[in-house]
Formats: sequence, C-alpha cells, structure tokens
Amino acid sequence: MLSASPAPALEMSAISASEKVDGFTRKSVRKAQRQRGCQGSSQFAASSSRPAAPEISALPQLKDASSTEQHELFMQKLQQCCVMFDFYDTVTDLKSKETKRATLSELVDYVSTNRGVLVDPVYPEISTMVSTNIFRTLPPSENPDFDPEEDEPTLEASWPHMQLVYEFFLRFLENPDFQPSTAKRYIDQKFVLQLLELFDSEDPREREFIKTVLHRIYGKFLGLRAFVRKQINNIFLRYIYETEHFNGVAELLEILGSIINGFALPLKAEHKQFLMKILIPLHTAKGLALFHAQLAYCVVQFIEKDPTLTEVVVRGLLKFWPKTCSQKEVMFLGEIEEILDVIEPTQFKKIQEPLFKQISKCVASPHFQVAERALYYWNNEYILSLIEENNAKILPIMFGNLYRISKEHWNPTIVALVYNVLKTLMEMNSKLFDELTASYKCDRQREKKKEQEREELWRKLDELRLQETSERGFDSGAGGLTILSNVNLRKRLWRGAT
Amino acid sequence: MAGADSDDSLYPIAVLIDELRNEDVQLRLNSIKKLSTIALALGVERTRTELLPFLTDTIYDEDEVLLALAEQLGNFTMLVGGPEYVHCLLPPLESLATVEETVVRDKAVESLRKISHEHSPVDLEVHFEPLVKRLASGDWFTSRTSACGLFSVCYPRVSSTVKAEIRQHFRTLCSDDTPMVRRAAASKLGEFAKVLELEYVKSDIISLFTALASDEQDSVRLLAVEAGVSIATLLPQEDLEALVMPTLRQAAEDKSWRVRYMVADKFSDLQKAVGPEITKNDLVPAFQNLLKDCEAEVRAAAANKVKEFCENLPEDSRETIIMTHILPCVKELVSDTNQHVKSALASVIMGLSTILGKDNTIEHLLPLFLAQLKDECPEVRLNIISNLDCVNEVIGIRQLSQSLLPAIVELAEDAKWRVRLAIIEYMPLLAGQLGVEFFDEKLNSLCMAWLVDHVYAIREAATCNLMKLVEKFGAEWAQNTIVPKVLGMANDPNYLHRMTTLFCINALSEVCGQEITTKHMLPVVFKMSNDQVANVRFNVAKSLQKIGPVLDSNCLQTEVKPVLEKLASDQDIDVKYFAQEAISGEFSTIILKYNLHRCKLMTQHYVTLKLKKQKT
Repeated sequence: MLSASPAPALEMSAISASEKVDGFTRKSVRKAQRQRGCQGSSQFAASSSRPAAPEISALPQLKDASSTEQHELFMQKLQQCCVMFDFYDTVTDLKSKETKRATLSELVDYVSTNRGVLVDPVYPEISTMVSTNIFRTLPPSENPDFDPEEDEPTLEASWPHMQLVYEFFLRFLENPDFQPSTAKRYIDQKFVLQLLELFDSEDPREREFIKTVLHRIYGKFLGLRAFVRKQINNIFLRYIYETEHFNGVAELLEILGSIINGFALPLKAEHKQFLMKILIPLHTAKGLALFHAQLAYCVVQFIEKDPTLTEVVVRGLLKFWPKTCSQKEVMFLGEIEEILDVIEPTQFKKIQEPLFKQISKCVASPHFQVAERALYYWNNEYILSLIEENNAKILPIMFGNLYRISKEHWNPTIVALVYNVLKTLMEMNSKLFDELTASYKCDRQREKKKEQEREELWRKLDELRLQETSERGFDSGAGGLTILSNVNLRKRLWRGAT
Repeated sequence: MAGADSDDSLYPIAVLIDELRNEDVQLRLNSIKKLSTIALALGVERTRTELLPFLTDTIYDEDEVLLALAEQLGNFTMLVGGPEYVHCLLPPLESLATVEETVVRDKAVESLRKISHEHSPVDLEVHFEPLVKRLASGDWFTSRTSACGLFSVCYPRVSSTVKAEIRQHFRTLCSDDTPMVRRAAASKLGEFAKVLELEYVKSDIISLFTALASDEQDSVRLLAVEAGVSIATLLPQEDLEALVMPTLRQAAEDKSWRVRYMVADKFSDLQKAVGPEITKNDLVPAFQNLLKDCEAEVRAAAANKVKEFCENLPEDSRETIIMTHILPCVKELVSDTNQHVKSALASVIMGLSTILGKDNTIEHLLPLFLAQLKDECPEVRLNIISNLDCVNEVIGIRQLSQSLLPAIVELAEDAKWRVRLAIIEYMPLLAGQLGVEFFDEKLNSLCMAWLVDHVYAIREAATCNLMKLVEKFGAEWAQNTIVPKVLGMANDPNYLHRMTTLFCINALSEVCGQEITTKHMLPVVFKMSNDQVANVRFNVAKSLQKIGPVLDSNCLQTEVKPVLEKLASDQDIDVKYFAQEAISGEFSTIILKYNLHRCKLMTQHYVTLKLKKQKT
C-alpha cells in the first residue's frame, strides 16, 4: 500500500576491478558501504535549516543541595533535559551535550537511590521530559530492502542521551514510591500508543528498553491493560495483512508470552480470538524466522493453559502450512513437536489424522532438512508412545510415503532414518505392517485408476463446455472458445460457398 | 438448458463436489478455477440450488482456493441464469468478504462491485444494500473493511432514504475503533465523494476528510491526502480555500515523513485540482518546503515532480515563479547528500529547459546539467545523458559536448556492467545528435572497445549498437570505419573475440548490403571455418545461415554450400549439427528465391501475353 521509499537504484560508488567481471556486488561489500551511513536519527535528519539548540550550563549537583532546594533543582534538571541536540552533527554543542548526558545520568542515580523524591508535581515534568526525548516519527529505513536477518540495523544516533532517558524512565517506574494513580493522568492511552509505535525502531537496544518499559506499565496500570492488548493486536494485524514490516514483533511477543502466562481460567473469548485470529495467522509472515521462537512459546502457553484449544490450533497451523519455504516448514515441524510434547492423549486423537497426513508429506519432502526434522519425531519418547497407542490409525497414513522414500530418496541419511522408522512401526504392529506391505501395490494402482477417472471426468466436462459454447454462442468468460467456434463456422461457410 | 436432463446421470453433483473437496490443494484449486465448467454441467437451476449453497457453507479453505473462488464468482451471472438471479451469488461472496486474508477479501469486493452493476435497482435495494449494511456493522474488522469498498457502487442507484443510511454507515466507519477500518474508509473516501451530491460532499465528506487527515495514525492520515485531491476536484473554486486547503496545508507539514511523502507524490494532481490561484499562493511555498524536507525520501519524491509542477504553473507567472522560487531549491538539490534525491532530480531537470527557453537554460540550467554530469553517482549521470534530447531541442547539444565526453567515457568504463550497458543503449541517440564527425573523433574508439568487454552482455549490446550506428551513418561509413576493425578481430588470439567478429557480421550484413557482405565479410567467414576452436566453427555455420538472405543465389550455390558441406562432416558433433541446420535452412532460402524468380518470370510472361492480346 505504501511505497514510501524510492525504487532501489543502481548501486553506487567506486568498486574494485575484481567486480568488473560479474558486476553483482557481494553482500559483504554492500554492507561495508552501508556501514558509513549507519547512524540515523529521526529528530535531526537535516540540521542546516534548524535553529541551533540553546546552550545549557551545568547546574549544581543534587546531592550537594539542601533537602529544601533538592526538589526545585530536580525540576530544573528535568526541564533542562528537554533541550534536544543534533547527533548528526558531531562537532557543535559538544559541551552542552556532555552536560545533558551528565545530568541525565545524575537523574538516573537520583531516582534509583533516593526515597521520597517522587512528589506529585514531578510526574508531569518527568512525563514531558521522557515524551520529548523518545517520542518521534521513526525515520525511513536507510536501506529500502532491509533484511533483519542479514543486514546491520541502523542505530539511533542520539543513543548516548536516549539510553539514559529510558534508563531514568525505568527507574522511575520501578521506584517503590511510584504511584500509578498519580501517573495515570500522564501515562495514558495516547502515551502508550506512541510507545508502541517505537517498537518499530530498527535499533535493537532501543526495542529492548521499550520492551521492559511496556512490561512495567502493563504490570502497574491495570486500566491500560485491555487497551495495550488491543493496540498490539492492531499492530500485528497491520503487520500480517498490510505492510509485512515491523521491527518489534519478537519483543511484543515476548511481552505477550508473560501476559498469557497470567491469564485467568477459563480463558476469555477475547483471548481465544487473539490466539486464532492473530497468533496463528502470524505464522504466515515472511519474517517468521525472526520471532518464531517467541511465537511458538505463546502458542504452547495457550495450549498448556487450556488443552481444549489444541485442535483448533493444530488445524490452524495445518491450514497455513508453508507450501514453498522449506526453512519455514522446519520451523512449523519444530512448533508441532513442542505442541505434541504437552498434548493430552485425548486431544491427540482429535488431530492425529490430518496431522499425520501432513507429517507424512514432510517425511517425503525432497528437501532433506524437512524430511529429517519430521523423522526426528520418532526419537521423542512421548510422541512415540502416542503413535504406538494409535498405531492402527497412524500406520496406514504414514506407510505409503515411508515405503516409497525408503527406496527412492536421494539422501542416504534420510533413507537410513526411514528404515529405522519403518522398523519401529513394524515392531508396533507387525500384522498391520505386513498387510500394508502386501496391499501397497494394489493401493498404488487404485490411486492411478482414480486419477485416470478424474481426468476422464474433466475431459468430458471440457467437451461439454466446448459444445455449449459453439452451439449456443453462450459466453461466460470463455471468450476464446467462442472465437474458436466462430472460426469453425466461417470455415464451414467458406467450404459451402466454394 | 439443452442436454441438462441427460447430464444428471453423467455428472452427479456429488462427483463434482468431490472434486471441489479433493484432498490435494493443487487439485482442489484446479477444480475451483474451472468452477464455471462445473456450473455449466449442472445447469443454471442446480447451480443456484445445489452448487452455490455448498460453496457458501464450506467456505473454510486455503486462501489460495478462496481467492480463485472469489474471482470466479464475479463472472458467474450467466451461469446462475442471468441478471434476474444474480443476487444468488451474494451469500458466498459475502462470506468471502469477511475472510482475514486481504487478497481474498479484495477480490471478493471486486467481484461484488462487478455484479452490483448487474442488479436491477429493485434487487439492489432488496438484496445488495442489506448485504453492505451487514458487512458495515460486522463484529470483526474484516467485514467492515470490505464494506468501505461497496458504498460507492450502490449509492447512485438507490432511493434517497437508503442513501441517507449509506452515508450514515460510511460516517460510522470513518471513525471506527480499529485503524484497519479507518484506513479502508480513508482510501475509499475520494471515490465515495465522487458519487455523492455536492451538498453532501460539503456537509459530510469535508468533516470526514478533516477528521481522517488528523487521525492519530500516520497510516490513516497519508491516505486522506489522496482523498483530499479527489475532493478538491469536486468542489467549486470558491469553496476550496475554506473547505480543503487548511487540511492540505497541514498535511504538507505533517510531523510524519510518510504523510509529507504522500503530499509530494500527489503534488501534480493536487496542483491540477486546486487551480492556478491557490497554486501560486499556497502550493509554491509548500513545494519549496518539500524540496527542502529533512527526509531524503520526501525530497526525492518532490524532486521527481519538479518538471511537472513547473509545466503546470499558470503561464502568466510561470517564469518568475520558477526563477525566484523553484530554481534556488533545485540548485541546492544538485548537491544533495542523498543519491536517490539527485538521481530523481536528474531524471526530470532537463525538461525544465523547454519551459525556460534558450537564454535561461544557458545561463541557469546549463551549470546544473554540467555539475550533474560530473556527479559521483553513475545513475545521476546516466539520467542526464538519457534525457539529452530535451536540451538538444532548446540549445543544441554542442553546448554540452565538452562536458559530455568525459562523462560518457567514464560511464563507458564504469565498474558496473549494467551501467556500461545503459550507456551503450544511448549511443545511437547520442551519435545522431552529435553528428558523424564528433562521433568518429571521440566515440568510435569506445564503441570498438566494448566489443572486447569482459562481459558477454556488453559485447552483445556493442554489436547491436554497431548495427544501429550503420543505420544512422550509412554503409559507406561502415566500410571505412568499422568493418576493417571488426574483421581485424578475426585474427585475435582470443577465440571469444574471433566469435565477436562473427556476431558483428551477423548484425551488420543486412544494413551493409550485398556488396560489402560478399566482398569483405564472406571471405573472412570462410577463413574462420578452419578455426581450431569448435565454437568458432559452428558459429561460422550459424553466420552463414544468417547472412544467406543477403547473398545472391549463385554465391550461395557455388561458395557457401561447399563450405557448409565441409563443416557438416566436421569431427565435432555441434559443428556438424549447426552445419546441417544451415544447409537445410539455406536450401529453403534458395528454393524461396528460385520460386520468387519464377513468379517474376511468369508475371512478366503474363503481362506480355496480355499486351499481345490487347494489340491483336
């Protein structure tokens, strides 16, 4: 929807002669080039037109002030820290930047070691100072096709200050004197919304801080909880269905992991909806690899909370099973194993058929990592016991592909693993195994025959369609056929005329 | 329907439905894609009573399958019995319009929009409009998003009470709780405004537009920009200032770069929509700001619009505005820190010369062109060179040629072969503009150097380039300047270069004509048939086939054929193969020529006969 970055241009700048031959810049080279511009700041992208920041001078130390002056000085320092500096420009305001850094660091110290400093009037000052420093529209990514797995992230240029602001805010929230009832006037929905937007920051250090901050806020402000969850849902939905771009998915899932942990039983409909409408579709995302561990943790948490969810979850995963991405398929297999580790035997019975049909397909995958990952299930004691218990159902599903693969997979490791699995299955139920071996050929032939019948049916249907179109000139999106019949008609006319 | 009775036994619905339920997704998908065939087999009545209910009930499948289904149903009107029954298609499409996956939903909405036109006004109110209302008040955001796209198709054809309801629903969705729905509403706002009566545009749409344009989410605000442009085209000039301009002005200065980018991107449309007066007073300063924006993305988007913006300025003040307001910003952009910005500018800046005329171009623009021709980024230089024709018309290319040459030479030797390729493609154009003398003196050697490039794509482009040059400068020029050099390469120790000679001959024989080909090229090709590298030999066979049509039949028979026959008994299998190919190809041309010859003779004969008859 939004194509905000200009089309990736031809790569620039001088390149060594060795590249003259193939012309394709290697990733390492591109990376090296990019490193130069790797510091971005959204607040002062181009400073030329901006007024210079006012100079700030150091105030006396808080610890040297008398207790009566301390409060006033604290407020002054908070206000002083609202002055922003341009970190793109590495030469100007050096002294003021250092003053602000020292002040911030003093403030961090002050709120973490002193009691009784959080009196009511400081709350709005703190909120203003934090908002001014951290809330901003994130800049466009330096690299339009930023690949979080491969590329170095763009780091926030003003981090020397920003880190201390986050640190300070965190100490403020964790201070034993902190009063949510006072703070809620400042840390409100709008505040949280802006905080959530920052999860898209490319700088992992910043996301780490925001994660902790949001977690504290979620813990202390009961009134904001539903709102936070809803906004996170919106972010995920936008990520899944609209932009496929958001840097902080893993961090948000980590928070959710601990939130899900605290859900009361029975689960509210809202939470179940979150599982089915958001967590499961999140598996379709292109960048799944970046947050799969956290996502699988959340899913398993849900199943552990409420085992009756197993069936819908597994069916959901099967629906979104990757078609072409083997790397993702391996992740899915990993997640299914995690689910099977905690599954209740009664739940297992409900999903065994569709699940093992998929596993059977994976075992037969020409990609050896997928096949291998699926075959590893047979090393899992608990899964093995479930298979054994239900072998009459599972064996017929698995047998055909295993038998075929044991003869024709290209990878010797897979063939060896398949032999072991076949052996295990044979030991479970040798009678059924023999029957399946005996009927293998017949089954294949029956499948072939069925396939032929299908083709025959479609041939007839297509003929009928052709007939209809030519006889009645009946056109419903089959324009090509009408033209064809017209050609025939013209041919006939021609023949008649001559 | 004819034959429908006998079909019952042949195509029981169960079998067909089995196909739609096949366990293999791919097969299921294939079946759905041929849903119209199935419907045809069932006939219109059973399609309505059996197939559609089945489809409606079983909508839980892979998104891929649902997408195909949504698309099919849009073309189903005739298959359910024509417009009279088209409303039968609504239930399955309604469910599809509530699916999570955006592509499926969008396709369902597209199909719904399509079939809405096939509804009679009565059916539209009885069946279609209630569906829109249901979607608009759905629980989950997906149905509400889909509803946004349906209002505009039914609004013009319903009664005024229903119209009022539709407006109300749209209003509700514009302030929906979820940003997804607000985004959908914002993106359809312009379209909806177009079908509304002007009084409601003023009373309803403006307030919705203002609200969406100041939404808390920038993803909503940026969509409102586009709507703003559409709305501005609908309003009479005197209302623009009060109703849309404050909001648009605010969008141009939005704190989110995405919104500003959108304004820059839509700037030409906006300019046309608001007319000359507002352009002069408001848009010029706004455009200046966008060109100086702190985010490179925004500057690049604005730079892209420089030419169009200047072109569309009101004529009476165009030159003054450009000279005093736009040009200073453009000058700054020439030395921007971001290469995308510079190359965006380079792709349009030449267009300014036609607007400003000769004197201004020479005085003000030329220095900028020259600076960009020396830019460190090859794309900037390329963009300048590729638009030389605009300048050529105004001041002639000579003004530039001194600076052009070093730029071309540098690009011609760029490390990136794609850059080299791009400059080769402009060579014929440049040659035409610079003239043969300049070309021979400065560029000819470059063109020849490309023939021995490391990269095949460059060598290939270089041969093609030679052909185009000959088309421009003529066969005589070719014979004097390039043919000797090309043929000289036949003795190169590197077999790849020897092959290049053959490729050049393939390309040049036709434009050079029979004489040069027979006299100069053919002997060299014959000589190469004894090359020790098999690849060269089979390319000789291929070349002989290619240039055959240029040669006369006598030469083919007496000279070419023996050489090919010798190659056909070569020890290398590929050489043999291509020689045989060439012989059969060659013969067919010979036969063709022979036949043509006979035809000619016969006509002559016929004509003489006729003449004789007339005489007698």
